[in-house]
Amino acid sequence: MEDQANKTTALNAASQKLLGILPSILNQPTLQYRTNIDELTVNLPGDLVHTICKILKTHTDTAFDYLTCLSVVDYEDILEINYHLFSYTKRHKMVLKCELKSTDPTISSISNIWRAANWFEREAHDLFGVLFEDHPSLDRLLLPDDFEGNPGLKSYPLHEYKEW
Amino acid sequence: MKISENINESGSTVDMLINMGPQHPSTHGVFRLVLQLDGELIVDAEPHIGYLHRGSEKLCETESYSQVVTLFDRLDYVANLNSELAYCMAVEKLLELQIPDRAWYIRTILCELNRISSHMLFYGVYGLDVGAMTPVLYGFRERERIQSLFEQVTGARMMHNYIRIGGVKEDTPPEFNENLHAVVLELEKAIEECDELLTQNEAFLARTKNISCLTIEDAIDFGVTGPILRSTGLVEDVRISEPYGIYDRFDFGIPIGSTGDCWDRYYIRMQEMRESLSIIKQAIKQMEPGEVQAKMRRIVRPPKGECFVRTESPRGDLGVFLVSDGSQNPYRVKVRAPSFANLQAIKHMLEGVYVADAVVILGSLDIVLGEVDR
Amino acid sequence: MTWEAIGWYVIGAFGLFIFLSITVMFLTWIERKFLARIQQRMGPMRVGPHGTLQPIADVIKLITKEDILPSWTDKPIYWLAPLAIFIPAIAIWVTIPFSETLVLQNLDLGLLYIAAISVLSVLGLVMAGWGSANKYSMLGGLRAVGQLISYEIPFIMAILGVAILSQSLSLIDIVNDQSAIANIIVQPLGFLIFLAAGLAELGRTPFDIHHAESEVVGGPFVEYSGAHWAIIQLAEYVNTFAIAALIAILFLGGWSWPSMPFTGITNDFLSLVWFLIKIYAVILLIFWIRGTFPRLRIDQLMSFGWKVLVPVSFINIVFTAIIRFYNLHWSILTVISLISIGIIFYLIYKTPQKSRKKDSIRIISAKDAVNNPPKNYGDINVR
Repeated sequence: MEDQANKTTALNAASQKLLGILPSILNQPTLQYRTNIDELTVNLPGDLVHTICKILKTHTDTAFDYLTCLSVVDYEDILEINYHLFSYTKRHKMVLKCELKSTDPTISSISNIWRAANWFEREAHDLFGVLFEDHPSLDRLLLPDDFEGNPGLKSYPLHEYKEW
Repeated sequence: MKISENINESGSTVDMLINMGPQHPSTHGVFRLVLQLDGELIVDAEPHIGYLHRGSEKLCETESYSQVVTLFDRLDYVANLNSELAYCMAVEKLLELQIPDRAWYIRTILCELNRISSHMLFYGVYGLDVGAMTPVLYGFRERERIQSLFEQVTGARMMHNYIRIGGVKEDTPPEFNENLHAVVLELEKAIEECDELLTQNEAFLARTKNISCLTIEDAIDFGVTGPILRSTGLVEDVRISEPYGIYDRFDFGIPIGSTGDCWDRYYIRMQEMRESLSIIKQAIKQMEPGEVQAKMRRIVRPPKGECFVRTESPRGDLGVFLVSDGSQNPYRVKVRAPSFANLQAIKHMLEGVYVADAVVILGSLDIVLGEVDR
Repeated sequence: MTWEAIGWYVIGAFGLFIFLSITVMFLTWIERKFLARIQQRMGPMRVGPHGTLQPIADVIKLITKEDILPSWTDKPIYWLAPLAIFIPAIAIWVTIPFSETLVLQNLDLGLLYIAAISVLSVLGLVMAGWGSANKYSMLGGLRAVGQLISYEIPFIMAILGVAILSQSLSLIDIVNDQSAIANIIVQPLGFLIFLAAGLAELGRTPFDIHHAESEVVGGPFVEYSGAHWAIIQLAEYVNTFAIAALIAILFLGGWSWPSMPFTGITNDFLSLVWFLIKIYAVILLIFWIRGTFPRLRIDQLMSFGWKVLVPVSFINIVFTAIIRFYNLHWSILTVISLISIGIIFYLIYKTPQKSRKKDSIRIISAKDAVNNPPKNYGDINVR
């Protein structure tokens, strides 16, 4: 029994196919498509995120109906937003990345494309201070309303906190 | 506020705001639901989470890779092994580790047992939610058996720290096979017993059939996963859509519902327990002696990079997004908690139902607040 | 009325009260033990042999506990509510007989008295719900009223059916009338209606809607503690005992059916024991239902009350009256009752919106599903 178990370091067939058709669907010559372990990864400029997400969701060949995860990684001067997408019907996946300046972390909300993004964005706003434009209710989610600071950030002290 | 203030001068009535939680018997943890009621009907519901927020993701950044496993135990505290597995798989993916076969079999058997114990808990508390008091004791009786077995293997009943990066902590004790066999036999009987006690009960059917029917489109859009997504009729399980581990070696079934109502969600979990048992039985047959830990350096230091791993936890699609900067500590760990996404849909599900149904619907989501709030 | 008679009434009432209190303590113990048996556990075991002294320990605990008064309560209403629940529960026992002579005061209109008094305890529930200034209490209190209007009519109608059969409203007459054949055999339909309505009146599973722990957290009693809560609980168990006694009297033939071949004091004693056995059988039935049934929703109880119980109880009365008027044999009524029961159960079983079959869940083989992603949503490959 060979271990399919352990390794899938390359793109699987579905994602290969996706890589083939993606440039023509997105029609953005400037985008770079690269492979990270087994995921197709695309870096996007902030102003393109909403349009491209919309295309990815609605186009019948991409059909990314499922926003798996929305996460923020803090690289001190840059906040990187990761959108992990998956398609139930095509069984392919990809990652969209968008880098924001940590001085002005503003990006358009995708909660009107996938309703799943609603809480993920609120959490990102809560912990990292990312501002999502056009979000229906960008309140604090996990932390109390009167909490100050964004504890997800690397700059937020971990062990020298004040008892809330 | 006095209730009498709710009646205004003209004598007409206004909606009543009611706080369900954080201290309410059926919110399954510290979860607060602000309900706007028109009599018994829910006009609007606003969920509030975060009472159990411990900053686990941030804490992960300060611990070394092998220490983080203990933090994952405390996320989904009902199915601990499943969350441990998700994290370990993510690190192993970055390390490109080969895991020995036996380790995978032990992991699979324990995770499937943990799925059963988690669903047994669901079965019990769902009975309480609809007002039947006996199921919870039946459910806990079975959960107890599984936990005793876990105790023999891992040394702990809940916070195991047993699945490690590169395999499992140690091989199973010599009497494990015998005990596992006994537990499987007992569970087989017990699942049927539980099924007979509640599933076809007239009052239970009345309370759960056709309550909060979720369409496939809505479920997918909200990112709902796991039994709730399957109850809507979509054939989806991470074990088949992105097979991991050794699940391709087993012949098992995926229960799929049709209406997406509370009863389907409930019964899918009952069926999943049966399928998990079948996986366990096949795994016992296939399992061979061997190593349980991959050859690796003692200090885990994955190369710079990032990866995302999805696993099928009892609650749904448990994802771990792991960023490594090449140091001893993870740079960023993001947990895509299934309960978190499932709970989002509650606002949509609660529109226009009765207060009594709110409890039934919330129970059918089977949330674990440790995972929602992280 | 002489002073002597008044003295006897006072002693009798006092004795009744003591008897009921002890019974309630026993009932709490037996309920816990019985439910524990259903749930495969031991129940109370620590205080006394098999936990027999547990109720006493509970009483001591409840009485010595602090009686908390939440600051926003409507104070007089809040304090009076337990009494408003308790007094009707005790008052109903004035006319319930234990044997032909062992009764505080047999009333000729006993059934009417019972039907009237039993409604009153709902007033206490509403008072508790309002007075507590707690929204859950309020919901619970209003639920109790909503429940009342749906079970009270079938409750009275079922009593009426018995009254027509026996041509009397006096409980002793009704029991004596059943010495040949118990009403449960003549009127199984009436028995079921009375049982369902009685469970609703008691607020016991599956109709424990007004104090549903998982929904309204105990309903009207959320804020009560200590002695006041104890009084409410006492009233609840007294009511349970009363309904069980009423079922034994109205439908199971009380102490007279089947009649004992004894005379004198032996007969009196044995028929009292026989009566108590019947009461406890009904009580165990109620506890059994509690152990196995989920709770219904308030609108489901109402539609059950109005759409099933009310029409059926009218059918019951009409046929009883016809049988009685034309002096037909009682077995005709039995047959009609059984047929109606069959039809009702069939209709409930066939309720259209509930497909009963488990085949709404299909099992897809993972091996097939791995290679066949769903083409569109809802596309499936059945194993």
